[in-house]
Parts: sequence; structure tokens; C-alpha cells
Amino acid sequence: MLFEETQRRTIKSPFPAPGEGGKSAPASRLPAIFAVVLGVLVSMLPTTAYPAGFTDEVDISGRLSTEAWLYPQSAAYPDQRSYAGGLALETTFYVENDEGTSITVTPFLRYDAGDPERTYGDFREAYLLMYGDIGDGEWELRLGIDRVFWGVVELRSLVDIINQTDVAEHPNEKTKMGQPMAHLTWSGEWGALEFFATTWHRARTYPGPRGRQRYEFIVDQDMISYESSAKEWNIDLASRYSGLFGPLEIGLSVFNGTQREPTLLPIFLDSGLVLAPRYEKIRQFGVDAQLNRGSLLLKLEAIYRAGAKNSRYIQHLNTLEEEDYAAFILGSEYTLYSILGSNSDLILFAEWAYDGRGRWATNAFENDLFIAARLGLNDTHGTEFVVSVLGSLNKSSRVLAGEFKRRLSSDNWLLHIETSAFLDIDEDDFIYYVRRDSYVKINLGYSF
Amino acid sequence: MIRSSIPRIVLTVLGSFLAICFWPAESYSDLLSGTAEEVGFKVATESRERQKGFGNFTASLTMTLRNKQGKETQRSLRLKVMEAQEEGDRTLFVFDHPKDVKGTAFLVHAHKEGPDQQWLYLPALKRVKGISASKQSGSFMGSEFSYEDMGAVEVGKFTHRFLREEPCGDLKCLVLERTPKSQDSGYSRQLVWLDREELRTIQVHYFDRRNEHLKTMVVEGYAKYLDRFWRSSTITMTNLLTGKSTVLLWSDYKFGTDLDAKDFTRTALKRIR
Repeated sequence: MLFEETQRRTIKSPFPAPGEGGKSAPASRLPAIFAVVLGVLVSMLPTTAYPAGFTDEVDISGRLSTEAWLYPQSAAYPDQRSYAGGLALETTFYVENDEGTSITVTPFLRYDAGDPERTYGDFREAYLLMYGDIGDGEWELRLGIDRVFWGVVELRSLVDIINQTDVAEHPNEKTKMGQPMAHLTWSGEWGALEFFATTWHRARTYPGPRGRQRYEFIVDQDMISYESSAKEWNIDLASRYSGLFGPLEIGLSVFNGTQREPTLLPIFLDSGLVLAPRYEKIRQFGVDAQLNRGSLLLKLEAIYRAGAKNSRYIQHLNTLEEEDYAAFILGSEYTLYSILGSNSDLILFAEWAYDGRGRWATNAFENDLFIAARLGLNDTHGTEFVVSVLGSLNKSSRVLAGEFKRRLSSDNWLLHIETSAFLDIDEDDFIYYVRRDSYVKINLGYSF
Repeated sequence: MIRSSIPRIVLTVLGSFLAICFWPAESYSDLLSGTAEEVGFKVATESRERQKGFGNFTASLTMTLRNKQGKETQRSLRLKVMEAQEEGDRTLFVFDHPKDVKGTAFLVHAHKEGPDQQWLYLPALKRVKGISASKQSGSFMGSEFSYEDMGAVEVGKFTHRFLREEPCGDLKCLVLERTPKSQDSGYSRQLVWLDREELRTIQVHYFDRRNEHLKTMVVEGYAKYLDRFWRSSTITMTNLLTGKSTVLLWSDYKFGTDLDAKDFTRTALKRIR
């Protein structure tokens, strides 16, 4: 049954990623070339032809960066490499007419020297934006590929659901892929009400066999299946209200459609065991709130999700168990400005993440405490340091992380170094697979 | 009876006439009559009132940050300001340079009393982040200006005291002392020089929490817009403790634009360029 439901990846994204390392045919590299060609074509757009009337304001900006990942520990699984390196280019083209209607196009291209799964392209954005007055309020329409952020906490955004996460780009799950959508906003003094209709479901990216921070078994992107009979063309609907009540900011959201996070089902193929991503239809209710109390911000994100699977494998049915669940993150942020009479600001974060599925949660945040400190020197280089610890409250697992950011003497260059150490990762922990994947990442970017 | 009432009417009319003729002078001496606190409050209020009524404006801003060795770094941004009738002004800063923060925007809903509300828009994440209202003492883009130095000075946020009149360059100035009410302010007090004729800010001395003279701000190049509103072109802030300084150059002032409250919402922040 499952094999009948699976399908080729050819139409699932505007820039299909190339195949899975060793077993991919040379032909599957074509999409990457296609992506590069299209990217170049798009980059020529503002200089060759504007849509009529869109000549009033043209803006091109972007960032070219080179990065290296170093993994000092020997790998947990065969084939995994001890370093990774590559280049990335993200460019935004923006044109606007005198009514304020604009087109934004942001192609993203990444070349990875070692892992073909990380050589790919994506349209992070390609949308038309228009807005106008309606009564005392305002309407805004965005049509096309866009990124949408919901949420208030720092650890991970629980309520955020419109976009797919680009895990191949960074395992911290904070990078988003572009999502085709129609997005209508109606706003006024009373707040903002947003409606979303999304389709062309984007499959989550995963590292290939050579990549680190991956599961023991490879996620086979040729084995994708959907609960929806429309497959990736299911129309997902979402709505969000956000309002401001004095010092309280509140957001209420609902999502009904194919979820972005797949459940991964083990499948035996001739080549061995692989993980088949399956995207279930879910309904999610979310709330995010932030209360500003001077230097102290109090935050809450909570969801109730129905129709999703947990990580408990039911062997005789070859499926994962369905479980409706609730999860929340409670957080606080405290800022100390001008510490010790200097220009530096110190921000302290404490967040508690809880997932009602407990040990069968499909992520590492079943009952965890996150504590972080960010020191911003407020100098001309924008120097910033971050240290954090994420610790499980009922297991031994801990993740220590550090970050350093500094603009180099020429204003356009930014150096960003980050490191994560995975310590005592419990065998029962969902992220046991990263136990030997502590890393140092060095990124040097040129902004233009 | 009649004889004695005629001069009274004449006097009343004459008095009124004189009062009308010399009203500004009357008003001026009125302004400076009372206790030091009363005069301070009246002068500060009058100075603020004269800045009001512009509706909205946009402008460009170039900041030159100079360190002790004289090495310079440039920052550029644009700002949009709207007067709100009952509440404080709404201000939107959009950063253009350095390039890695290009498109980052900072929205302030000022309140006449109590803490302001502030949001930061981070374009890479498309995230609007409500930030701590006590950010006022933090440095604005690594410059010698702090966030609290950037906005309009709301009278209700200070207690005032009139100190003296003294010459300041070619002008005559009124010197006020103002003390921030908020504990989050980086200052214990400020000395303000306002020119007597137009009540424009000419110079400010900022004293830190230890009551040491920390910074001096000098405002120059005033020009009149819409026949009414004085706006400066150059503001220099010098930090006396570190020797660093920042020069703000204002340009492209545009008044009477079509900005309204809808351009200063969190929704508008997400589409800012």
C-alpha cells in the first residue's frame, strides 16, 4: 500500500533537490543546474524588463557566504564526514510602483562540497504585495512564495507552522523554505486578522548519508507519502488574530491541513532500511503571548495538535501511533542595559519546553529547560556573544552552545562562529543520533 | 458719576489695546515668572508645544561614528514620524547601512507618560519582536546616542527647573535642568540650553547616574520648515569619558506626507523597505 502512495519528487518543489548521494543517477543533478540557471535569469530580471509601472523603486540586496562545519568527534554512523564546506547566495530583488504595490523575489542557492543533499536552490520569496485602506483599517494581500513567522520564544517556535523548515540548511530548525500561498491581512486599531491558503507542500530537507546530525537511517525523499488524496496539492488553511492590549501582545492561530513535520516510517528496501517521510493531515490551535514588564518579558507559546503521529512504532501495523497532544513553551527574557557603565547590553533567557507526548515526542523538547545569555557590545562592529545550555529535565542529555558574531572592519563582512556540544545524550532521547555530532561552524558573509 | 466713569472706560480700552500690542512681551515675562520649577515646566511645555502640529515628516539620517583615534564609521537610516493626538509620537527607523542590518526596522510608540512600546523587525527571519521598553539607555546602533536621545522629549517624563539666562554664542539662552522620572533612564539629570526667542534646543549636557558629566550634545544648522517648524541639520554628541563622538546629519526633510497611523503598525513593519 505504502509503495503505491509514494511518488517521485519531481513536482514537489520549485527547485527539487538532487538525489540521495550514492544511489542517485547523474540525471538527478539536472535540477540543481536548472536552479542555478533560473537563479541567474531571475537576477537579470530587474535590469532587463520591469513589469509596467514598476520602475519607481528598485532595490537589490543580498548576502554571499562561505561556511565550514567541523566535527571533532568520530562519526556514529558509517559514511559520515568530519567536515563540510560550501557557499550560499541569497539575493533579494524588490520593485515597487507608486501605489506601493511591490514584487519581491529572493532566490537562494547553496553549493555543498561534500553532501549532494545540501547542494540545492529554493525560492525563499517570490510574491506580489498590495495593500490599501478599508474603512478605518487596512487590507494587505500577498500572493506567491513567502515566509511567515509566528511566535515569541527563542528556543524554537512552537506555533509557527506556515513554512517548511530547511533542516539541511541548519539543524536548529530556524531556517525556512519558501511556501506558495495567498495571505490576506485585515488590520485596524483592534489588531490584525490574517487568512492563509497554502498549497504545493514543500518536503522537509534532510542531510544525505554523508551528512552529520542525521538519523541512523537515511530519509528517502523518493518515498514521500501524504495522508491527503491531493498529495502535495492539498489546500491548507490557516488563520491568525494578533492584538495588542497595553503591555500584552497576543496571537491566536489555527491551522488545518497537511503538517510540515513528517513522521518517519522505517521501510526495508533492497538497499537496506530507509525512513519514509509521511505527511499527515492535522488541525492545530496555537496561542502565543508576550507580556512586557519593563526589563522583563514573559512569554508563552502553546499548541494543541490533532491528527498527528507520535514516535511510537507499531510494528504489526507498520505505522506510528496517532496521538492528539498539547505542548507549550514558557519563557522569560530579562535585559540589563549598559552593564557596568559600558555600552554593553546583557539579555538573559530562560525557557521551559514541554510536550504532552512525553518520551514519544517527535522532537527533543519533551521536558527541557533552556537557559541562555546574549551579550551585545553595541560597538561599531556589532559584536555579540551568546552562550546557552539546553538540558533535559528527566534525562541526562545536555546541549551546550556558544555563538560569536562580529562585523569586520570593512562594514560589509560579517563573521559568525557557532559551536554546539552534545553531552551525555541519553539512549532513550529522541536526539540520540546526534550524540557524536558536536560541531564548530564558521561562516564568513559578504552583504551587499 | 459719569465724569469719573469715562476715564475708566478709556483706561480699560487703552489697557486692552496695550495688552494686545505687548502680548508677546507679557507672555515672555509671564513665562519667566514663578518658582524655578514652575518656570522650568512652563518653558519646557512651551518649547514642546512649538514643535507640535507638524502632522508627519520623513527624513534621512547619516551617522558618523568617530572613535578616540579619529577613525570614522558611517551608518545610514531613514525615519518616518507621525504625531499622535492623544498619545506620544510614532516613529519608524529603517536601517540602510551597514548592509548586514539593511531592512531592519525599529518602531516606537511613544507615550507621554510611562514606558514607550518598541518593536524590532528582523527581515532575515521576517520576525517582529516586541522588545523591552527599558531599552532607552542602550546605545543606538553603536553610536554615542542612546535610544532615549533619539525621540522627542516628552515633558511628562521629566521634572524641570529653570536655572538662569545666559548668552550662548550669538543667542541668548534659557538654561533648564531636567530630571528623568524613569528609573530606566541612563541619566541622573540633563542641562538644556534653549534659545530665548524660539525655544529651540541649542545644547544639552547629560549627567550619568553617578552625576558625572557624561556627554554633550550640540545642535546646529536650524532651518524653518512650513514657515513654523525649526529643524536642525547637524547634531553632535560627544562622550567626555571615552572621547568618542557621533555626528548626525539630517537631510531630505519632507513634511505633510501621506503617512498615517496605518503606517506605524506591526503589520506595516513587516512590509517596510
